[in-house]
Amino acid sequence: MSTLAVRSAALWRVPLLRHVVLGLVGLTVMLFVLGSLSPFRDAQLATMAYLAIAAGGLTVLTGFSGQLSLGHGAFLAVGAYTTAVLLEDGDPPFPLVGVMVAAVVVTVAVGAVVGIAAARLHGPYVAGATLALAVAVPSLARYLDGLGQEQGLHVRVPDVPTWFDDTVWMITGADVDPTSYVAYLGWTALVVTYVLLANLMRSRVGRTWRALSNDDVAAEIAGVRLGRARVLAFVVSTAAAGLAGSLMAMAVRVTSPSGFSVDLSVTLLSAIVLGGLGTLSGALIGSALLTFLPQAVTSWGTSAGLSDVRAAELAPVAYGLIMIAVVLLAPAGIVGSLRRVWWRRRGIA
Amino acid sequence: MRRYRRLGAVLLVAALATSACGRDPDKRDSDKKAGDTTGVTDTSIKVGGTFPLTGVAAPGYSEIPKGIKAYFDYVNAQGGVHGRKIQWTVKDDGYNPTQTSAVTNELVLKDKVFAMLGSLGTPTHEAVVDFLNDNKVPDIFVSSGSVAWGDDPDKYPWTFGWQTDYESEGKVIGQYIADNMPDAKIGLFLQDDDFGASGEAGLRKYVDKQIVEVQKYTPGGTDVTPQVAALKASGADLVVGFNVPSYTALTQLVSLKVGYKPQWFYSNVGSDPTLVGALLANFSKGAVSNGASLLDGVMSTAYLPGVDQPDNPWVTLYQKVWDANGEGGPLTNYLVYGMSEAYTFVQALQAAGQDLTREGLVDALASDGGDFKGPTYGPFRYSDDSHLGTSGFQVVKLAGGATQPLTDVLTTDIGDADIEKYDGEPATPPSNGIPK
Repeated sequence: MSTLAVRSAALWRVPLLRHVVLGLVGLTVMLFVLGSLSPFRDAQLATMAYLAIAAGGLTVLTGFSGQLSLGHGAFLAVGAYTTAVLLEDGDPPFPLVGVMVAAVVVTVAVGAVVGIAAARLHGPYVAGATLALAVAVPSLARYLDGLGQEQGLHVRVPDVPTWFDDTVWMITGADVDPTSYVAYLGWTALVVTYVLLANLMRSRVGRTWRALSNDDVAAEIAGVRLGRARVLAFVVSTAAAGLAGSLMAMAVRVTSPSGFSVDLSVTLLSAIVLGGLGTLSGALIGSALLTFLPQAVTSWGTSAGLSDVRAAELAPVAYGLIMIAVVLLAPAGIVGSLRRVWWRRRGIA
Repeated sequence: MRRYRRLGAVLLVAALATSACGRDPDKRDSDKKAGDTTGVTDTSIKVGGTFPLTGVAAPGYSEIPKGIKAYFDYVNAQGGVHGRKIQWTVKDDGYNPTQTSAVTNELVLKDKVFAMLGSLGTPTHEAVVDFLNDNKVPDIFVSSGSVAWGDDPDKYPWTFGWQTDYESEGKVIGQYIADNMPDAKIGLFLQDDDFGASGEAGLRKYVDKQIVEVQKYTPGGTDVTPQVAALKASGADLVVGFNVPSYTALTQLVSLKVGYKPQWFYSNVGSDPTLVGALLANFSKGAVSNGASLLDGVMSTAYLPGVDQPDNPWVTLYQKVWDANGEGGPLTNYLVYGMSEAYTFVQALQAAGQDLTREGLVDALASDGGDFKGPTYGPFRYSDDSHLGTSGFQVVKLAGGATQPLTDVLTTDIGDADIEKYDGEPATPPSNGIPK
């Protein structure tokens, strides 16, 4: 028994195995949780899934490789519009997974071009260039006829496949309605993305990213090819954004320019700062806050006797106050601070 | 290790326990029998709507749900409709379709409202119209003049418009110009979306040859100098604007600056003198303080009495309702709009009868809605073939913040329908202010 314990503890230290096991556990829990919740909660979880995927990608870029992107919403828009064009009549030319892959491919193509340009820039100039992108992409969508202009494009998620409905029912005893279906898709994509990102961050590539974000001159002297590493971070990050955009299109059911304002990019950035810069668990917590906090605060306000308008105004106030509190009291973010407490307990720090 | 084993056992038991429950084959069909009564009890009806309560679109528009609430409170105080009190819930979407989708999920899936009422905006409502129709939720009186809310009831059988649509408005304006200003050189100032495009389509049916210049703007930008300069350069002496109120203010300011003085003709949406006046004062940082009178001589259309007509019986009623149930402050045209929507909704509830179902409400609107008498100048077009809202227009001229009618009430429809004079008498509200 004890040798088994030692051996499994040793195996646990292998990142790939650990991430895959955690991922499988995550998938199992997801199956039961989504099956037992109401369609409304499932819809919220679908929102959280796409935000978390985008925030995870942004964590790689901004938290890990040190390139501040103020324009991630633009990449979500590319993924979302690709999906919307393919799903406009609810009858995509290939299965839904193919649609999501297509969204990722198109976004990566755009991301690579932007990444090559951004790799030549430093610090605030990267932020400026990406901010310009966040302003330009929605305006482009307004301008082009095929993209539905201001009204945007309707997105029809194809019917839930019978095999999927039956399988989920066999396991959990719950029917899959269209709202929950998007949540299942979103969380599966989230788990897969996070396993891949976690491995990447623990690999050689991840170490070069960390090196260049700490000190790019030292990293270059140590043999890291800066440009290539930066572009790679951009590509990985935009791949996640493309997938997130694709899921966003399906969860929101419409893709229109006003859904991708600069607000979205800044909100994503605030999520990873709030959760803890540079960690995937931080990105996850940040996106959970973004999803659940406004609705929870608003319903709390209404039940406390505020008018609907006042209660609606409460949500941004609460979010702002939490943001200020985190920056002042826990500058490493929620996960960063918890981790520090944990280390101190174990006498590491 | 033991810990993990226990976790595994728990998961296994949970799996067995849940899959032991038999699948109920009738579950999916059980809702369809005898009509859907979601959100209705013997004493209450839950109704929800989405509006911009925060953000750039909130000024003005956020008052509409307050008007709806005040009128429902007034009805509830007198016993409600068929003994049921109306519970009105409004959610903020910040005029962002992503948010509209989230809060509509909340209203339909969590709060389980009986119907949606008055939800505002074209791009915002586009995000949820499929969802509401797929879930068979009555989607009543979308607060937007897009023809999408009612021109195809087969596609969206649960969705109804309420206000005049932009295409019909373009036709009425076009005919007025063709008859009264046949020599005018027309410039168009259009919002670059469905709103501007529908208005232009209506106008071109009558004054295609008179149009000398078309300028468009994208909502969000604040500089309209190039557009106004191009209109001036084209020699247009009549500018028709299908734009929102803030762009009425911007075009007025820029034309003051460049010395351009055409006859302005704004669509109903962009012509609220009080709001435009306040915006002018704001945009000019106080330099223009007589904003409302700057609009003197501007032409527009009207389909509903406004607060500049305090003696109109409807406005009198709304003033009474607002004084008794409102949140204080003056009565505005946006409150009037909300209360009028709420009035038509109560008419629909009355027509649907004692046994209220979602199907019953929609059927009652389609069969009886065309005969509803209410505050709007013209009748509604509700039928099995159209769910578009009211179609009665009056061309008006603004003077001193008030409107002066230039024509009789005219009715028309989208497409090639003729424009006709409406013969019906203006309706007056019932003595207790609640439709029967």
